[in-house]
Amino acid sequence: MPVISVRSLVKTYTVGEVIVRALRGVDMDVEAGEFVSVTGPSGSGKSTLMHIFGCLDRPTSGQYFLDGKDVSRMSKDELAAVRNKKIGFVFQGFNLLSRTTALDNVELPLLYNGGGKLKAAERHRRAMAALGAVNLGDRAHHYPNQLSGGQQQRVAIARSLINEPSIILADEPTGNLDTRTSIEVLGIFQRLNKERGITIVLITHEHDIAEYGTRLIRFRDGRIQVDSPITRRRDAEEELAALPPADDVDDANIPADPAPSDHGGVA
Amino acid sequence: MSIIMTLRIAVKALNRNKLRTVLTMLGMIIGVGAVIAMVALGRGAQSTIEEQVKSAGTNMININAGNFSMGGVRQGQGMSTRLMPEDAEAIRDVQGVQYVAAGSNSRGQIIAGNQNWNTRIEGTDVDFPYIRNWHPKSGSFFTPHDVRAAQKVAVLGSIVADTLYGPDVDPTGEIIRIRNQPFRVIGVMATRGQSATGQDQDDVVFTPYTTVMKKLEGRQHLNSITVSAATADTAPVAEAIRETLRIQHKLTSGDPDDFMVRTLEDMANLRTETTRTMTTLLAAIAGVSLLVGGIGIMNIMLVSVTERTREIGLRLAIGARSKDVLLQFLVEAIVISLFGGLLGIALGFGLSEGMERMLEWPTSIPTNAIGMAFGFAAATGVFFGFYPARKAAQLDPIEALRFE
Repeated sequence: MPVISVRSLVKTYTVGEVIVRALRGVDMDVEAGEFVSVTGPSGSGKSTLMHIFGCLDRPTSGQYFLDGKDVSRMSKDELAAVRNKKIGFVFQGFNLLSRTTALDNVELPLLYNGGGKLKAAERHRRAMAALGAVNLGDRAHHYPNQLSGGQQQRVAIARSLINEPSIILADEPTGNLDTRTSIEVLGIFQRLNKERGITIVLITHEHDIAEYGTRLIRFRDGRIQVDSPITRRRDAEEELAALPPADDVDDANIPADPAPSDHGGVA
Repeated sequence: MSIIMTLRIAVKALNRNKLRTVLTMLGMIIGVGAVIAMVALGRGAQSTIEEQVKSAGTNMININAGNFSMGGVRQGQGMSTRLMPEDAEAIRDVQGVQYVAAGSNSRGQIIAGNQNWNTRIEGTDVDFPYIRNWHPKSGSFFTPHDVRAAQKVAVLGSIVADTLYGPDVDPTGEIIRIRNQPFRVIGVMATRGQSATGQDQDDVVFTPYTTVMKKLEGRQHLNSITVSAATADTAPVAEAIRETLRIQHKLTSGDPDDFMVRTLEDMANLRTETTRTMTTLLAAIAGVSLLVGGIGIMNIMLVSVTERTREIGLRLAIGARSKDVLLQFLVEAIVISLFGGLLGIALGFGLSEGMERMLEWPTSIPTNAIGMAFGFAAATGVFFGFYPARKAAQLDPIEALRFE
């Protein structure tokens, strides 16, 4: 059974007086354990697809089955619960809460996880485990403005992992990162995909980033133009090893001014 | 999501911007503090009046000679000469009446040795000390025999005694001259202070009312009768007295009363009413600052919602329901207003204490003030926090995440 299955997905919305037909009938299945790269030019509908996949939006018509359940007609609150438990989001802009430690940021989804039944110690333990999975256990008590861009994105990935979702939706996760850091982040995705079998849907408009996945889907004008397996898949771990030891790339990204600022946070 | 969790999220969010939180709170602190201080001031004034009323004797009923008309010309209160000693005797038999003292007043120069003083001469009866709960501090009050015989005996108010003999001198047994007639001083009254109407109660000389009528004024009628009811429920007794007097004065149903019966409550009510109006006015003005504080909260919460649009978007994306976001912002507003209210109560207590000490204004904080202030603060938080919170909850997660 596919994790994601959409049939005749149509999404139309109006901007002012213009009717935008963002998706014009998309049929697509994503099997468990796939690493799907979705590409396409701006306005091709890939972001809209991502929002529907992420249960942030509902299709105008058509069906969306997530883990076999039809979510296209769910209520807003039901969708919120689905987002909380089944889907992990990673955004281009990291979207970490400023003046909030990495640990607290990672814990955040747990607060919306069914009435805070978890004890503080248990939340703590799980958040530390998630941070450990992205090799940031030693930065748990740092604030976002004390972390480099790559580290912030890794905190965001840890946050997406906390509720053990079946899918991670990553929307241009490397858009704000330099090449080496991008490869590091993609390496984490590849590892999570391989070791934990987490399905990953990666949205990018860079062709070389897309090649880290197992399957390429190219959108054009609201329709799937290309859907093919990636034959020459890139391996982030190998590439990193091959790169010259750029020792402190991360540290170089840390703002020179250590004084707290609002950078790197959403609030 | 549990309310404790919401509270924790809200407190964390407020902690992230401490200065702003404190400044917003300041509006609440000043508002609540002002309301409490003003109410305390009003209550203080009111309880001062109540104390004065109590010291005058709570069960007291006053009967004054009323107005009468002479050829269509109304002569005004106290001009009637129809209040008689027999009326006082009749009132003694009215149900619920405990003490009765007929009153006949005068004014005059009082001479003792080389000192003299002009004061009020209050002719009264032996029940007077019990009606007013006011007794001599030295010597004794006059006896029924003194009243019957219209003896020239006097009990001095403390101011009169001090003026004529100086403080620390007991003039009991001395002879004074009132309007050139010798009176024997048989006692000095305890010091009483101001009455509810602001009159100095100690500037007075008491003699039997019969003495005033026969020896000083040569009149047949009384000026007033003072009565003490057996219980604090004076209104029915006052009514019974009125009816007795109407029969006594042979008034038919069309005739107006030629006397006035007033309970102490009636007399105190007027002043209490004035004070209450002042209190309400002061509290209303203070309430405006509470309102301004509330608007301040709304303003900051609206700014906060806009500023934290992406945070809201993120929270929605990771599984917060609209309801959770609404609650979070509402709870933030309530935390600000309740905590501000709490500090405001402290400020109110401080202000009241300060007014009492520095300005010597009596203040008294009503026992329900804390609950009231807290209630007001919470209501302000909910009322002014709801709109921004709803605005936050209604954000579209996609739009919110894109917000720059």
